[in-house]
Amino acid sequence: MARAFTPKVVTANALLEGDVIYMKPNGEWSRLHSEAKLFEDETEANDALAHASEQASLLVGAYLADAVKRKDGKPEPVHFREVFRTKGPSNYPDHGKQAEL
Amino acid sequence: MYEYNQFDRDFVENRNKQFRAQVERRLDGSLTEDEFKPLRLMNGLYLQLHAYMLRVAIPYGTLNSRKMRQLAYLADKWDKGYGHFTTRQNIQYNWPKLKDVPDMLDALGEVEMHAIQTSGNCIRNVTADHFAGAAADEIEDPRPTAELLRQWSTDHPEFQFLPRKFKIAITGAPNDRAVVKAHDIGIQMNRNEAGEPGYRIIVGGGLGRTPMIGKTVREFLPKEDLLPYLEAILQVYNLNGRRDNKYKARIKILVHETGVEEITSMIEEVFEKQKSLHQAPPAEMIEAIEAQFLPPEFDTRPIDEDKLSKIIAADPLLRSFVETNTDLHREDTHTIVTISLKPIGGTPGDATGDQMRVMANLAEAYGYDELRISHEQNVILPHVRRDDLPEIFKVLKDAGLATANVGLLSDIIACPGMDYCALATARSIPVAQELSNAFEDLKRQKDIGPLKIKISGCINACGHHHVGHIGILGLDKAGVESYQITLGGDGTETAAIGERTGPGFSYEEIVPAIGRIIDRYLELREDGSETFLEAYRRVGADPFKDALYSSEAENA
Ligand code: SF4
Repeated sequence: MARAFTPKVVTANALLEGDVIYMKPNGEWSRLHSEAKLFEDETEANDALAHASEQASLLVGAYLADAVKRKDGKPEPVHFREVFRTKGPSNYPDHGKQAEL
Repeated sequence: MYEYNQFDRDFVENRNKQFRAQVERRLDGSLTEDEFKPLRLMNGLYLQLHAYMLRVAIPYGTLNSRKMRQLAYLADKWDKGYGHFTTRQNIQYNWPKLKDVPDMLDALGEVEMHAIQTSGNCIRNVTADHFAGAAADEIEDPRPTAELLRQWSTDHPEFQFLPRKFKIAITGAPNDRAVVKAHDIGIQMNRNEAGEPGYRIIVGGGLGRTPMIGKTVREFLPKEDLLPYLEAILQVYNLNGRRDNKYKARIKILVHETGVEEITSMIEEVFEKQKSLHQAPPAEMIEAIEAQFLPPEFDTRPIDEDKLSKIIAADPLLRSFVETNTDLHREDTHTIVTISLKPIGGTPGDATGDQMRVMANLAEAYGYDELRISHEQNVILPHVRRDDLPEIFKVLKDAGLATANVGLLSDIIACPGMDYCALATARSIPVAQELSNAFEDLKRQKDIGPLKIKISGCINACGHHHVGHIGILGLDKAGVESYQITLGGDGTETAAIGERTGPGFSYEEIVPAIGRIIDRYLELREDGSETFLEAYRRVGADPFKDALYSSEAENA
């Protein structure tokens, strides 16, 4: 039996800096998980991933990551690895995305 | 210090030029990531969790002040002002931008450094005892051999596509500081009955998914037979090593599955053939290499011992530093200083650009311009006069580099783990930081005595957890970080793989769990001179398992 689909965001690393990026509802890319589009439909998610994978001159290693909808409607990562990716390294709070949060 | 010849220089320059063009083609979209990835990996460039990472080779951990200053320059100009020294005696930059990497490689080339061959299924950077050329217990400096191996293996056509990556380590002393028994090939210098120096050859060690202690295949190998013998080992491996399964492809599996006797005779058979075919490297070449590693001309003027001991006695911090961070040098007027990159609560192995410059200055002023990086992620001044210690200590203290904890609980090895590494299954650095903070009192650490804690963020074991007296392995257990403990590992000449205690601990539980192990050790040791490892070997794992799990049950 196929596993039930759980909501996803499309994520990758930016080609130039390697920074983590997320696909926004308009198909552009954001550095912030909270701006990501949450795909609740499997076909749509797969199409978005295919579209991302074609953007070789912008990004590296696109994939779908589990996320859930917060009360305010914004997506939130599920796995701890994805949580770390939204922030940066825990040993230097002033490095990575968290520096600007 | 080995200096590049014209061949080396051209080789590195060409590679850098090629890579610059490849980066340009990647940036303009004419290379896909699939095409580019193997090229960047060959040049030491990884894509990690939050950014690219550039891994720069430091052959056998040897640096001089000029190179160290250049590493500082790279850290300041293209990274966030620091670098991370690794258990492979490399330095990693965690934040380079892709477009800057060719400039970084050129800057490294200016000081005869590079990032080539730090990845791929080839013979990796040969590692050596970080006290090489200085230690009192040394038979010979192992670095000329390490350098010979580097020249022999760099771009060797037969060894670029091995079944898997291949690591060689060498020590010149009976006390093994280079973990030679945990490498694909470990080389330990020894002497035969006639007193001639040669090598003990150990094969098939390795950590990772299937940890193994290497087996001795040759008790004594005359020096001149080294290359044909290693070629024989590599041929046997190339022909018989398993290419069908990545996890079974390391030579340790071949040795394990074939048995040490059988593998020894296979190697010896090829060696007999190799030997007659093999052209020994010309004597001039060996001499030229050896000349690059001649010891400095030591300043052996007598030391005013009275004066020195008074100065040391008068300053408890200095005294503590001298006790903990210095080792016996082959010249009794000299000593070896280990600069700890493990400040209490800090990231193991990190040094800022400023700190790198301080260490470079010290090497230049007091250390015959020599520096070493240890696999334990510290920096060594291998040759300093003992009466310069007070001055050196003062400079280190001002730079935040004088933590007197070498060999103690907070001298922790930790791999980058999930704070940086894309392969990680859990974090390791913050576990090291919290352990260090929990035991911040150095007096208490001294009372606990010699203790090696080693932490890896996944089964690849870059943090050498299997050979830690206490090993910690971070795993992903159903979406939660979980830390498995091993006890009794040992990375020295009495090498052993640590034994798993049982179920893992959560991130919140792991530091208290280690605390319970330490408390139990303090209760059961015979006296202050029985180290943790000795106590463990005497009583076994049970009392520690009891401390780990029964109190947990009580609390539950
Ligand atoms: S042990 Fe795993 S997590 Fe740590 S550096 Fe190696 S590959 Fe990365």
